[in-house]
Amino acid sequence: MSGRLEAAMRSRIDGGGKCLVPYITGGYPGWMDAVRACAANGADAIEIGIPFSDPVMDGPIIQQASQTALDGGATPVSILHDVRSLDVGIPLAVMCYYNTVFHAGHERFAHDLASAGISAAIVPDLPLEEAGDWCAAADAAGIETVMLAAPTAPDERLPRVAERARGFVYSVGLLGVTGERAALALTATTLAARVKKITTKPVLIGVGVSNAQQAVEASRVADGVIMGASVVRRMIDGGADSVGEFIAEVRHALDGATW
Amino acid sequence: MSILQTPGSDGRFGEFGGRFVPETLVPACQELEHAFSDAWNDPMFRADLDQLLREYAGRPSMVTECHNLGSELGIRLFLKREDLNHTGSHKINNVLGQVLLAKRMGKKRIVAETGAGQHGVASATAAALLGLECKVYMGEVDTERQELNVFRMRLLGAEVEAVTSGSRTLKDAVNEAMRDWVASVETTHYCLGSVMGPHPYPFMVRQFHRVIGDEAFEQMNDVLGTSPDYVVACVGGGSNAMGIFSGFVDTPAQLIGVEPAGGAAVGRGQPGVVHGMKSYLMQDEYGQVSEAHSISAGLDYPGVGPEHSYLASIGRAQYPTVTDDEVIAAFQLMARSEGIIPALECAHAMAWISREAPNMQGKTVLMNLSGRGDKDVGQMMSILGDVI
Ligand SMILES: Cc1ncc(COP(=O)(O)O)c(C=O)c1O
Repeated sequence: MSGRLEAAMRSRIDGGGKCLVPYITGGYPGWMDAVRACAANGADAIEIGIPFSDPVMDGPIIQQASQTALDGGATPVSILHDVRSLDVGIPLAVMCYYNTVFHAGHERFAHDLASAGISAAIVPDLPLEEAGDWCAAADAAGIETVMLAAPTAPDERLPRVAERARGFVYSVGLLGVTGERAALALTATTLAARVKKITTKPVLIGVGVSNAQQAVEASRVADGVIMGASVVRRMIDGGADSVGEFIAEVRHALDGATW
Repeated sequence: MSILQTPGSDGRFGEFGGRFVPETLVPACQELEHAFSDAWNDPMFRADLDQLLREYAGRPSMVTECHNLGSELGIRLFLKREDLNHTGSHKINNVLGQVLLAKRMGKKRIVAETGAGQHGVASATAAALLGLECKVYMGEVDTERQELNVFRMRLLGAEVEAVTSGSRTLKDAVNEAMRDWVASVETTHYCLGSVMGPHPYPFMVRQFHRVIGDEAFEQMNDVLGTSPDYVVACVGGGSNAMGIFSGFVDTPAQLIGVEPAGGAAVGRGQPGVVHGMKSYLMQDEYGQVSEAHSISAGLDYPGVGPEHSYLASIGRAQYPTVTDDEVIAAFQLMARSEGIIPALECAHAMAWISREAPNMQGKTVLMNLSGRGDKDVGQMMSILGDVI
């Protein structure tokens, strides 16, 4: 049985389109308007970052947004509380580091996500071998755990990662942390092609997809993209309007391309 | 059976340890686990390492009995002299092992984090010796208070980057080194400086440091005919402590790991996950990692290696704390009474011993003098300048 996130991805894919999942740092001033702007301009789902003190998978832009959010008093509880009033009509996922989950307790955290109306979770420092207990708790609460497939993964690992993934498989676009890059890394499409070959689940490329043109390039192989730093930078510099314009531009490029 | 465990592929010491890293790093950790196990069981590798430890680092390190302090405190006090190793601390034991291993694995470059700069200096040293490129991440607060070590690393040919994120101390230097490693993992070995991080680091680093405890066990046996009543070491990540505890964990000796009051992972922490491991961790009610505060850059860390969490959980070792003021007093006490200027880190061990001496009258105490204090003289001069 597929959950809300996977259903949203499939409905876009089945209609011949490509999925667009922006990332917004929860708790950053104006973040809820930024989420609404994403939803209003063609996002298929939105990833909400729960800021953590030690975000090892994030580069400078998302680090900065997280730190500002933390300095402003954002907590997992305050963000989930605010999420309840976000009536955007598309699935929401949280992106959080594992200590946030572990500290709350697996069952409790899964339950808190579900009751806030969150559909899915991405935990970038929880690899397959350590993920079992959380995934079981998440499955039981109806939370889809998106698993990450890394460019360094050997062939035998990818099917196990894909098998455990719910919602979609997050195909990591490069060796490195989140942040904007001048060009899409070659590894992005190479890995996505490897993952597509071994799963029927939706496969999205994230990390290092920085503009509309790169989103189109990535989507030639993948079912869509996750865009983080490029969106967060616009939220920092220009607020929700700027985020909305950017998402509309990427949506337009994806819809206008021929596959 | 020894209390010292050889973790299985899940990297656990009891409930602690593990491998909580991004998927990108999993294959590298697995490769390292196998490469280490292979090397450790290879007599050629062990011979190469032993030769470096002997002829380059200056092992074995001596044990010195402190007669002046001993009679002042009413105990018999022995120091394991890791301060006399090349580069001035125990850190070289681990670094020579890891850099030799990195070379064997065909890596061209190492990255390291450093707090006090001792691990960074040791890494830069070994990289210079064995011909690898070296980059060291150090929190900006620490580059300021340990400026001499920054220059030493640069002299040795390493690139030093001041880390400006978060608390700008050791924890943030680890974050930045891990970010580097995520991007460079194909050519680069992460030379982690303590018994922390994802499996196999806590186990591997302990094995590289157990030479401290193995030597000390024999040395104490020669002097006392038995093991000491207490074995005391400071705990940042916990490598010098695990090293010396290794030799005594199966003896009746009481094992004492001394943490700074402002960085008491075991004393004030709860189980948590950061930097790839599950261990005691100072954190707030939402699991945000707290900033540690210690006069000593090398102990300014909110976590602790998972094997210490395990030893604490089974009651085999105790983890008391001392305050910065007690440390400043102990630093001076050791200098004046014994003519030895200790690193601020191991001055924590001395501070605990001098505070608890009334409860240890007539006992034998072995302290790991993990490093020499030259690096701390500038900082102490600004604290004590007017009063001595
Ligand atoms: C002399 C000395 N002792 C101790 C430490 C703390 O590290 P660990 O707890 O891993 O021994 C350091 C770290 O910088 C150090 O320089």
